[in-house]
Amino acid sequence: MKINRLAQVAALMAAGALSLTACGGSTETGGTTGGQTTAAETSTAQTSGTDTSAAETSASESQGGGAVEITCPKGKVNGGGSSAQDIAMQALTKAYNTTCNSGQVIYTKSGSGQGIKDFYNKQLQWAGSDSALKDKPNKDKVVESEKVKTRCENNPGWNLPLIVGPVAFAYNIDGVDKLVLTPKVMMEIFNGKITTWDDAQIKALNKDAKLPSDKINVVYRNDESGTTENVAKYLKAAAPDQFTGEPSKEPFAKVGEGKKGTQAVADAVKATKNAFGYMEWKYAKDAQLGVASIDNGQGAVELTAESAAKAMEAAELQADGNDLKVKLKYTDLGEGAYPMVMVTYEIVCSKGLPAEEAALLKDFLLFATSPDAQSKLEDQGYAPLPESLLTKVQTAVKAMA
Amino acid sequence: MTNTEPKTTEAPIDVPAGADTDPTVSPVSEKAAGGSAVATATETTPPLRVTKVAMREPSKAPDKIFSGATLATGIFLVALIGAIFLFLLLTAVGPLSRNEVNFLTSTEWTVTDKRLAFGIAGMLWTTVVSSIIAMCLAVPVAIGVALLITHYSTPAIGRTVGFLVDLLAAVPSVVYGMWGVRVFAPVIQPFSDAVAGSWLGKIPLLAPGLQSSGTVFAAALVLAIMILPIVTALSRDVFEQTPRDHIEAAWALGATKWEMIKTAVLPYGRSGVIAASMLGLGRALGETIAVMLILSTVRKFDWSIFSGGETFASKIATNAGELDSPTKTGAYIAAGLVLFLLTFAVNAIARVVAAGGKAKA
Repeated sequence: MKINRLAQVAALMAAGALSLTACGGSTETGGTTGGQTTAAETSTAQTSGTDTSAAETSASESQGGGAVEITCPKGKVNGGGSSAQDIAMQALTKAYNTTCNSGQVIYTKSGSGQGIKDFYNKQLQWAGSDSALKDKPNKDKVVESEKVKTRCENNPGWNLPLIVGPVAFAYNIDGVDKLVLTPKVMMEIFNGKITTWDDAQIKALNKDAKLPSDKINVVYRNDESGTTENVAKYLKAAAPDQFTGEPSKEPFAKVGEGKKGTQAVADAVKATKNAFGYMEWKYAKDAQLGVASIDNGQGAVELTAESAAKAMEAAELQADGNDLKVKLKYTDLGEGAYPMVMVTYEIVCSKGLPAEEAALLKDFLLFATSPDAQSKLEDQGYAPLPESLLTKVQTAVKAMA
Repeated sequence: MTNTEPKTTEAPIDVPAGADTDPTVSPVSEKAAGGSAVATATETTPPLRVTKVAMREPSKAPDKIFSGATLATGIFLVALIGAIFLFLLLTAVGPLSRNEVNFLTSTEWTVTDKRLAFGIAGMLWTTVVSSIIAMCLAVPVAIGVALLITHYSTPAIGRTVGFLVDLLAAVPSVVYGMWGVRVFAPVIQPFSDAVAGSWLGKIPLLAPGLQSSGTVFAAALVLAIMILPIVTALSRDVFEQTPRDHIEAAWALGATKWEMIKTAVLPYGRSGVIAASMLGLGRALGETIAVMLILSTVRKFDWSIFSGGETFASKIATNAGELDSPTKTGAYIAAGLVLFLLTFAVNAIARVVAAGGKAKA
């Protein structure tokens, strides 16, 4: 056998193929963000600040705008967890590391639960999570918030909402550019009650569209996912009669086929005619899939950064000092708000990290909350945090020690 | 065997005295040249002398070290397998004792805070069925290719074909997976649809399943390609070893080429081919990433090969990222334990089969 010699050739080819595909996921991540964080950011902050409550934001801006100047401390911090914010985090860390050229901030996706675990086991300096720290014991009788408190040398951990990700309901139907769906109809599709695209209920919402009589091929995430949980929470709130059971990370669709990871879901929807599935907006954009507008009772709303940001503005903030939990509203959001957004948190120690790590992490998070960095996230398929919340997060980050 | 060796060996060797002064001339050739060489030598020829060479006593240390090393590696391997088994068992036993459904016959898989109900029937079916399809397709092709290389083609062609087949073995499975899901599966989808759409679709095994291309059948085909090089390479090696005598004997009896292969090569290679197939089967059963990428999962278990499903390995790999509690991990480890035992059983059966029909070389 000549495997040895061949293995070299093949390994080379494979390495090439792998590195190419690895890039495919996150080619446009940031990079451009670096270097422009000074002048541009203050101007965007002020222009966006004017249309809302000007007095409040400009006041905080005057102190916030100046303090967003980053200092680039030396050292290295590792964060990890939620894969839903991975693209955003890769863009932010890359931009920060390029700008600073000294500090090393690394984010590794591993799933929210794992991220929190690694955080309180001191392998990570912060965790990214799809949900805030839980105060109740889980099935292994572990109370996350207490574990984190111990890790932070008896200082409470803070949940800082940072990344807002709209979730798209994407479809692949020939000749249909615009599709309007209601939560109720979507849930009927996931339940297998509505099986064809020309069902009367879908037709009633899309009078002009030429809907085929083909079967709907539902694609869902088969791995446990924060995206699934957030979609489930939304559908449970918006279509309680159709959604039976409790929202969880497990798939809730009763029909269709499962794929691991958002990328595979997007690929499957792209490759299969008449497919329908949910995925983070960025993936639907990259695959050039049709994204359904949602009629949440106040008229059909297309998914845009603005419409998603509107939903965030309607969200309720459950703040405990600088611990900022956000409770999303899924119904009665008012006109022009796209309801299916998810907010992911950075979980940090309020105090208790070694000084060097704390300084770097603080600096990075400050950078991430800069309006410029936030608006850059739009290119990655995320929505910016609303000004009011952004200011609060900035205040919290500054209070970290 | 070492204790029978004599302490010293006295070997009478004829060494010409001139050998010391002329190192370029080896004593053996000098000796082989014999008397005539002595006569024609340019130097003055001294009389031949007989010397006694005392050989050192052979050291027993290398022997002991080697046998010790082999024993140690053997014990290490057994201990390793034992440790893996023990680890799987210990991790799995807790959740298994709290399982609400029959672990072996249920197709449900719910491991949440509220309910712990997991069964492996669906995974077992998908794993076995995809591996069997892969075997059925790959082994005949592999034997054919091996025979072509060893007995039918010219050496140049044989080498080229062998080279190409070996190349298949060097492709990482993630590449197979990506190729399978993006290129290969869509290509074979019309065939699957045609079969499932015809009268054959009435059979549960061939019933229409998925709308997309991520079927068990597609995964099995890619598995077949993945195990092809393993089975081919090993079969080729055994076919090459067929004793010349057997082949000549078959020729002498007036056998045609096919008859020669049938009576001499195949019986001789039988156990080797079975062993090769089992290695391939082992790979097919445990293949993870390629299957995970290709196969779509379905909510309800389906017998059809044109539906989706999950193998043990793909199920574990799919959810490995979120194994955030010992209970959940244990449930998946329990599935892994079944795969471990399945592979073990397959190998044991293969040994019996291979040994039972072993051709006498």
